Amino acid sequence: MFQTFGLNHVGFLLQSTTWTLLLSAIALVGGAVGGALIALMRISGNRWVDGIARVYIYVLQGTPLLVTLFIVYFGIAGLGFDLPALAAAAIGFTLYSGAFLGEIWRGAVQSVGRGQWEGAFALGLGWWRTMQKIVVPQAVRVALPPTVGFCVQLVKNTALASIVGFIELTRAGQIVSSATFQPLQVYLCVAAIYFAICSTLAYASRRLEQRLATTPA
Amino acid sequence: MGYLDFSGILSRSDLFVHGALLTLILSASALVLGTMLGMVGAAMRRSRSRILSGIAMGYVELIRNTPFLVQIYIVYFGLPAVGLRISEMAAAVLSLTLYAGAYLTEIIRAGIDTVGKGQREAALALGLRPHQVFRHVVLVPALSAIYPALTSQFVLIMLASSVVSAISVPELTGVANDIQGQTFRSLEAYLVVAALYLGLTAVFKTAFGAVDRSLFTFRAAER
Repeated sequence: MFQTFGLNHVGFLLQSTTWTLLLSAIALVGGAVGGALIALMRISGNRWVDGIARVYIYVLQGTPLLVTLFIVYFGIAGLGFDLPALAAAAIGFTLYSGAFLGEIWRGAVQSVGRGQWEGAFALGLGWWRTMQKIVVPQAVRVALPPTVGFCVQLVKNTALASIVGFIELTRAGQIVSSATFQPLQVYLCVAAIYFAICSTLAYASRRLEQRLATTPA
Repeated sequence: MGYLDFSGILSRSDLFVHGALLTLILSASALVLGTMLGMVGAAMRRSRSRILSGIAMGYVELIRNTPFLVQIYIVYFGLPAVGLRISEMAAAVLSLTLYAGAYLTEIIRAGIDTVGKGQREAALALGLRPHQVFRHVVLVPALSAIYPALTSQFVLIMLASSVVSAISVPELTGVANDIQGQTFRSLEAYLVVAALYLGLTAVFKTAFGAVDRSLFTFRAAER
């Protein structure tokens, strides 16, 4: 009557992993846009613009991601839109990663010394050109390792999308678990897949940190 | 009726208070138990035995590179499958402790690294036993050095504890799940809960910050 956990189930889990990766990728791209905006707002020097960005970060980092996801999910549903679970999850994760990437990138931009700005202005470059040609290329070296490290958080946290009904790796694990009644094997297999992805990313982050730290600027 | 209607939610405010209390109890016990686990883990990571440090490293890597939700499922659904019956609350505390313990192992290890090798050697030369050196020369100064990381970890644990609502533990997020089932005011329920988490975060950040500043003046006076 019950199926036994076997290779076809592992295949299903691996297939669902693509949805985990797709959701992570969407959240990363969306969060990159949002994060760049947040970082620019934070360094704008305008008290109000900076304040709005601060509040945004404080709220997103001070509430559980799961609650953010529920609010986005039910908030959109309450407005009368019938969005697919992927879209709701993508919006929630974009808001979340925007806050974290914004702070990482603000730190990276501010790590570039004041003298670099002054030098560029003295050479007649405008604010935008200075940012683009002088500051960002240097900030990227600082920002890259923690950004890749954040991807680990992102991939892990997409598991929460299963609670709002999006079928990704963890939700697939629940489905297989109730079909086979072998939760231990199934969830260990799910954990192993996450571990393979996340430990690779974590390793990449450490390697980048070492390489970017040792090569001369 | 407007878009938002909080009346049904606010009439159940006692449930939110209970949920918030349970969230605090869960987070505090995870912090205390996780710190103990983290001390053991950090001691193992630094031990000369490759097996002990390997086990501690494997534990940290496994916890840090898998989703907390999946860890909860392994504890709550997986352990009974091998004959270990476990209640939701026990599963919640156990998984939160295992989760917090991994991060705290790294925090405490970093704290220990701040204590110079010379101090340990001096203590050994004075005839202290290795476990005495660890407790008096390494652990206590290291704990005061990692206080900021420790307290921000408490807030992170508190936010992570929302995930145990997935195994129907009635903490703050679990309460919102129940109330939205009764009132169908889902958005309102989660907005209230989000505000409560935000309030708790703000209170703890402020309180920890105040304690931290008083500790720092104490340390500055000591020097």
